[in-house]
Amino acid sequence: MTTAPNKARLMQGNQACAEGAIYAGLRFYAGYPITPSTEIAEVLAERLPQVGGRFIQMEDEIASMAAIIGASLTGTKAMTATSGPGFSLKQENLGYGILAEVPCVVVNVQRLGPSTGGPTAPAQGDVMQARWGTHGDHPVIALCPNSVQECFDLTVTAFNLSERFRIPVLFMLDEVIGHMRERMAIPDPGELEVSERKRTALPPDEYVAYAPVDDTLVPPMANFGEGYRFHVTGLLHDETGFPSNSSSVVGPHLDRLHRKVERGLDEIVMVEEIETDDADVVIVAYGCVSRSAAHVVREARAQGLRVGLLRLITLWPFPVDAVRRVAEGARAIIVAEMNLGQVLDVVKSAVEGQVPVYGVCRADGEMIAPDTIREKVEEVL
Amino acid sequence: MFAEIEQYFRTNRLPHIWCPGCSNGIIVKSIVEAIQKAGLDQDKTVIVSGIGCSSRATGYLNFDTLHTTHGRAIAFATGVKVANPELNVFVITGDGDCTSIGGNHFIHAARRNIDLNVILFNNNIYGMTGGQYSPMSPTGAKGTTAPYGNIERPFDICNLAIGAGATYVARGNSFHTHQLTDIIHAGIANKGFSFVEALAACPIYYGRKNKQGSAADMLKWQKDHCLSKEAADRLPLEKKEGKILTGVLHNVSAPEYTEQYDKIISRFKEANSNA
Repeated sequence: MTTAPNKARLMQGNQACAEGAIYAGLRFYAGYPITPSTEIAEVLAERLPQVGGRFIQMEDEIASMAAIIGASLTGTKAMTATSGPGFSLKQENLGYGILAEVPCVVVNVQRLGPSTGGPTAPAQGDVMQARWGTHGDHPVIALCPNSVQECFDLTVTAFNLSERFRIPVLFMLDEVIGHMRERMAIPDPGELEVSERKRTALPPDEYVAYAPVDDTLVPPMANFGEGYRFHVTGLLHDETGFPSNSSSVVGPHLDRLHRKVERGLDEIVMVEEIETDDADVVIVAYGCVSRSAAHVVREARAQGLRVGLLRLITLWPFPVDAVRRVAEGARAIIVAEMNLGQVLDVVKSAVEGQVPVYGVCRADGEMIAPDTIREKVEEVL
Repeated sequence: MFAEIEQYFRTNRLPHIWCPGCSNGIIVKSIVEAIQKAGLDQDKTVIVSGIGCSSRATGYLNFDTLHTTHGRAIAFATGVKVANPELNVFVITGDGDCTSIGGNHFIHAARRNIDLNVILFNNNIYGMTGGQYSPMSPTGAKGTTAPYGNIERPFDICNLAIGAGATYVARGNSFHTHQLTDIIHAGIANKGFSFVEALAACPIYYGRKNKQGSAADMLKWQKDHCLSKEAADRLPLEKKEGKILTGVLHNVSAPEYTEQYDKIISRFKEANSNA
């Protein structure tokens, strides 16, 4: 095959996400236009029919989330994309997807909120909405890219995790990453792993829709239209998929949903570390802010200052172990994020007072520049 | 008699949870009779429902079934149908589910003329939540949230469906069951958005509050007040006054959504095979 430079393209983050989805096997997209995610829909409206897939512009955000769940149950890889206000509207059906264990990917290109907020202003204010936006107790997987290349590659990962764990995976871009253009390489087919959902090996009369068959606790799936005649509901249900109010059924059911994700933490939780081994100060950042933070680390190291970066690639489940590990040798942790402290609080809770944790927080639609982070580093060193 | 349609039911899930005298079972029977009459492949048929009394029907039906969130059945069904147009897709919904919280999905699926068979069980009330008035409760009707009588006007949901672009619209009731089966069957034959309003009797939450008598009285009310459109066309005006028209109200053909989309896909298939 040709070498990477021949495949190099100048691409936008949103476009790379759309192309990554097709690489991962996306064949159904339903969405409602919302800035700054619209390019994802526009690219897929053009690209999906070219690969035999289907695009539909639904009447609203709620319908879009509903439609991708319906599509996924037919065995089709499905995705929607939105921004903060649309993400809020999707939350009820997102919970449905988690409870009914329907694989799909939901992209949220975050913008400044609350409410209609700043449609084109960057922000990272939906971290907690991703975790607790839908009602009830539930597991969640949320990934966060920081480059155009990663918008492609990590979208493939999002689909893989979704299919392997039977759960909607949240792909949390921010406006800066979604709209910036960078040089990137499109991987060849086969270069990146593409996972498919585990299919049942049983005949229809022996199939029990929600019975796990191995220690992954992820039940194998059948598709609508194949003669399995199974029932899917948003009510708490037993292994057959039918509703139950019995606490002896619903307790273990919710427990299994959590445990299937907990058992996969090694596979799910991803971080990137830059110079953390001997760092006196560790910056924790994600998305576009992690690029400012990486710049600060390079500059500081050039001056002989021991500064490192822990970049969160997986936002949820939260990389608690990685945070604790980098905190062990550090004198301080700085969390830099474009909200008023959503990850800051989680980091504080993770380190449990082991080391002071400072925030560089901004929620006014402006990027956090390296200077701002550097000032804080100098202050705490 | 049940033996003929038993294959369409998950008999191990029966008996159902509906109240004594509820019409929902009658309407579900008409749906499966229509499916049988149309000869649909049971394994290629998906039944989707929302939330409410009628929407619990999917649990009893022996198909691939999808019991969704409140009001969103048509949106879920759209995903099923567009992702796999080979499937026959039915939607079971109630008057609150479809015309209130689900109103937007209803009009847009009709506008797209997407090939769904939507059967609305209209019992004029929110039954499962205990008798609140719905957008289909008649003006003046009482509900737990309309203790002094409903001051809102109900939808004429069939006219709304026609206005929104549905290509097949019919109304039936739970007394004239053969007609109900026939109009659902004719809707299956329509390639496009087919809508059937089925008048249901809710003797417990609507009937008692509105002094409609027993379940039998409520069915008799349907018998006396419904008039088939065919018969009405031959009757003088005074004989039609106060009657509810049933039968096929609208039946036209228009391009269907998934067929139109497939044309776009096939354009690229040809281009790819020529390449």
